[in-house]
Amino acid sequence: MQLLHQVKYLIRKELLLEWRSKYAINGVLLYVVSTIFTCYLSFISLNDKLAWNALFWIIMLFASINGVSKSFLQETKGRQLYSYILASPSAILISKTVYNVLLMLVLTTIALGFYLLVFDTFSPPDLLMYYVAVILGSISFSTVFTMVSAIASKAGNGGMLMAILSFPVIIPVLILLIRLAKNAVDGLPWENSWDDIGMVLVVNVLVVSVSLLLFPYLWRD
Amino acid sequence: MNKTWWKILASVLVVYTAVAGLLLEVPHLAILNETIRNLYFHVPMWFAMIVLFSISVFYSVRSLLSQDRNDDIRAVESVNTGIIFGLLGLLTGAVWAKYTWGQFWSFDPKQNFAAISILLYFAYSVLRNAIDEEQKRAKISAIYNIFAFPMMVVLLFVLPRLQDSLHPGNGGNPGFNSYDLDSNMRLVFYPACLGWILIGYWVYTIRFRIRLLENKQNSIR
Repeated sequence: MQLLHQVKYLIRKELLLEWRSKYAINGVLLYVVSTIFTCYLSFISLNDKLAWNALFWIIMLFASINGVSKSFLQETKGRQLYSYILASPSAILISKTVYNVLLMLVLTTIALGFYLLVFDTFSPPDLLMYYVAVILGSISFSTVFTMVSAIASKAGNGGMLMAILSFPVIIPVLILLIRLAKNAVDGLPWENSWDDIGMVLVVNVLVVSVSLLLFPYLWRD
Repeated sequence: MNKTWWKILASVLVVYTAVAGLLLEVPHLAILNETIRNLYFHVPMWFAMIVLFSISVFYSVRSLLSQDRNDDIRAVESVNTGIIFGLLGLLTGAVWAKYTWGQFWSFDPKQNFAAISILLYFAYSVLRNAIDEEQKRAKISAIYNIFAFPMMVVLLFVLPRLQDSLHPGNGGNPGFNSYDLDSNMRLVFYPACLGWILIGYWVYTIRFRIRLLENKQNSIR
């Protein structure tokens, strides 16, 4: 109960901070929109739907690295210390992860909408399944990158280390996600995708449980 | 003697498999022909790599719990040795693929995932180099090692099962166990696996002792 209370309070704190500055959401949103626009300008003659699908996931990958990595990298040492005194490490990790999932959900939804608006050649026949893939993507990017950004922030020099550490870890999930999204683009029936959806969920459960086990060791300096 | 018997066993086994693997009778099959002998040299590399990475996770867990410096050195040296075996596995596989599949790199899922899992451990080494302070380095790299291990398991054991591979035993290609009905190949294959695992462990212990000596020398000066 104590944990639940702390998590609720910390998520409210994160959302409040975000609401006041609106830095993360606006910054990453602008990043995504300008990247999509750049891709639109450079690849306009490209007519292959699968290439557009791959492009979408690459844009999402980089946007989420930028968006999620700030969750631990941006916190000042004093503020970190303060929240560590007040709350249990699991509560901090869970609240950060939930906040990042919310952030990424908003972000990917807007990005997908913009993508569909700009590239009218790219509209998957099974939009619902594509959206499920996008939701699963934002959840798994958040769970993985939250823990990796915690590791990178403890290690000191943030940005580059974050990318190096997170790519090999996220690639298995990304492969599954791209396959799921490809099923949606090809308009395959849902029976073909249950395996992939289940696998992504299993990997997420794995990542979250390992992170919860390891995070208490990480924050204790 | 009770400390060296397994080293003698390892040497005898590896010499035996090198000789017997090249001389003993193998099934004659189209395309594969004599390259089927690569089974004795390619597959044991992966077994040795996985055993070494498992050892490293074991010592990472121990170093998190005990804060002992030696456990950290054991973890990093077994990763280093494991990386060597992984690279040898990629190399033997690529040369074999050139003669059976036509290209060194055939975009085979198992090839790609093995390369990514080695990237994971390169990231581990980069992370170690990024942190100067010794205790902090031990802690953070141990956490990353434990965090990355389930991902490597997913990459090497789960994802290849979901996709078709050119490898024997996948995607409609018959596995070696169905070629070899008289179990002639097993007489060489199993000793090869055991021999290379033991050799890998031996290399790791030597590297560990060298590191201990280096540290001792540095601390005296």
